[in-house]
Amino acid sequence: MGDVFVLAEHRQGVLREVTLEMLTRASGLVEKLGGETVAVLIGSGVDSFAEKLAGYSDKVLFVDDPLFTDYNSEKYQKVLAELIKKYNPGLVMIGHTTQGVDLAPALAVEMNLPFVTDVIDLEFVDGKLQPVRQYYQGKVNANFAFKAEPPYLITFREATVEAAEPSRQGKIEKVESPLKEEIGYRRFIEYVEAEVGDVDITQSEILVAVGRGIKEEKNMALIEELAKAVKADICGSRAATDAGWLSHDRQVGTSGKTVKPKLYIAIGISGAFQHLAGMKGAKTIVAINKDPDAPIFSVADFAIVDDLFKVLPKLTEKLKELRG
Amino acid sequence: MKTFVCIKRVPDTSEAEVKVDVTGKDVDSSRFSFDINDADNYAVEEAVLIKEAKGGTVQVVCMGPQEADVMIRMALAKGGDNAIRIDDPRINVLDPLKVARVLASVIKSQEFDLVLTGCIANDDGSMAVGVALAEELGVPHAAMVKKLVVEDGKVKAYRELEGGIAEVVEITLPAVITIQTGINEPRYAPIRGIREAQKKELKVLKIDDLGLAENEVNAASSLVELQKLYIPVVVSKAEVIEGAPEEKAEIMAAKLVKGGLL
Repeated sequence: MGDVFVLAEHRQGVLREVTLEMLTRASGLVEKLGGETVAVLIGSGVDSFAEKLAGYSDKVLFVDDPLFTDYNSEKYQKVLAELIKKYNPGLVMIGHTTQGVDLAPALAVEMNLPFVTDVIDLEFVDGKLQPVRQYYQGKVNANFAFKAEPPYLITFREATVEAAEPSRQGKIEKVESPLKEEIGYRRFIEYVEAEVGDVDITQSEILVAVGRGIKEEKNMALIEELAKAVKADICGSRAATDAGWLSHDRQVGTSGKTVKPKLYIAIGISGAFQHLAGMKGAKTIVAINKDPDAPIFSVADFAIVDDLFKVLPKLTEKLKELRG
Repeated sequence: MKTFVCIKRVPDTSEAEVKVDVTGKDVDSSRFSFDINDADNYAVEEAVLIKEAKGGTVQVVCMGPQEADVMIRMALAKGGDNAIRIDDPRINVLDPLKVARVLASVIKSQEFDLVLTGCIANDDGSMAVGVALAEELGVPHAAMVKKLVVEDGKVKAYRELEGGIAEVVEITLPAVITIQTGINEPRYAPIRGIREAQKKELKVLKIDDLGLAENEVNAASSLVELQKLYIPVVVSKAEVIEGAPEEKAEIMAAKLVKGGLL
């Protein structure tokens, strides 16, 4: 099929884990299909990342230029298009991340590439690669086939495979930047750090988490009662913070906080993968949701499939009673 | 400011059972309720806020069946000026690049400064249409924007990154911005607006009206093809608490307290 390109994702001096996850998956692919794994690193002053990536790939293509100090979709797109034309890989993997979704669709259009987003797995059917993705927030899986010739382009979901230990010694090949000067209509200005709230939920031992299922702000009282009974802090899903029931610093998930409490009680949260990524490290997870197919149950230790409004008052009452 | 806002009608499957139909390539949607896509709802609000602050127009574009008119009228009631719905079974709606191609053909025949759309659709979760649309239009973009400041001939877009960090970029107009939920507080349509929306223009177009050939947007022209849909096997290690709701609560409370989980 050809080589597998993996775009290295990094930001603010940190190489992001999704890069190593993709290289791990790519290694499995080339074992079956032949070709090499190639990490594509675009940046400036990131030699240490090139070294690290070499441990996970057969080759590192390193475009090292001050033009790429910060990520910029226009510049990245230009460079990737040139590299794809020059090296003609079989598959190009980009993280299904805030960076990847800002970049990959435009690249797919520009180069007219067979393109599938948010891929969670790559299967082989009759010797051919089939990307697997999901619909309806994880309730349905879909296999796709690529119809045209490679290169193929996918965005690959974070945290679907675990990054292996480094086991290779790929060679680092410096590539001259196809760009010689600033271009385009988009300019990076700055990063703004997330707001800091009154409670740091990443430090909480017990969290009561609320989601869309609570329906209205007035029902938050039920959550507060429970939290009080078990001395928990309150956090929530994206739906809860978007609705204004909680401040943004209380959001758990990829765009919020990653938490690892002793106990996580998820109430009315269906469990989009973005949310699961932020809380599946909790030691014990209790989930209350009336939908038996809710993905939250895939990570739960205790499952209560029921109407939360019928369960919650009694749960709080009983906990108060048992704890005196 | 001439703004286009692209919206989608999607099923609410957050609590619904989803079943694959007999074709194995679609789901049985007969019992779903539908609404405007969440992120698109925020995009509509952002477009109306910009119009209120800077003047100009808001045009609503939607690809979908006649049932989508309810969502379109609602967007018009909130402040949209007119709407175009593209309804053509020849379009491969499973391919976000085809959807982007069609939307682009609607927009590029007119003048525009800004195109807004949700960064993700509740049903397919592709996160691809907006950015692909920008490339089709040949204009810059920013994806997953949670704050947008319109300046003279440009916008400052705050992209929401992992961990809640914002990446601030400055973009020259015209541009496409994909809107993240939570960027604003979508209003309810005012009664008067709902009445007025009935009189606003809503054009329904086919691909021929857009100068597109069938083999540019149909399934045969897509470079990827759906093979099958199936319900994933969910491996759950969870202990399922059984009983009436109150019994479940009691059992769970006892487990938490006696199991030393608190």
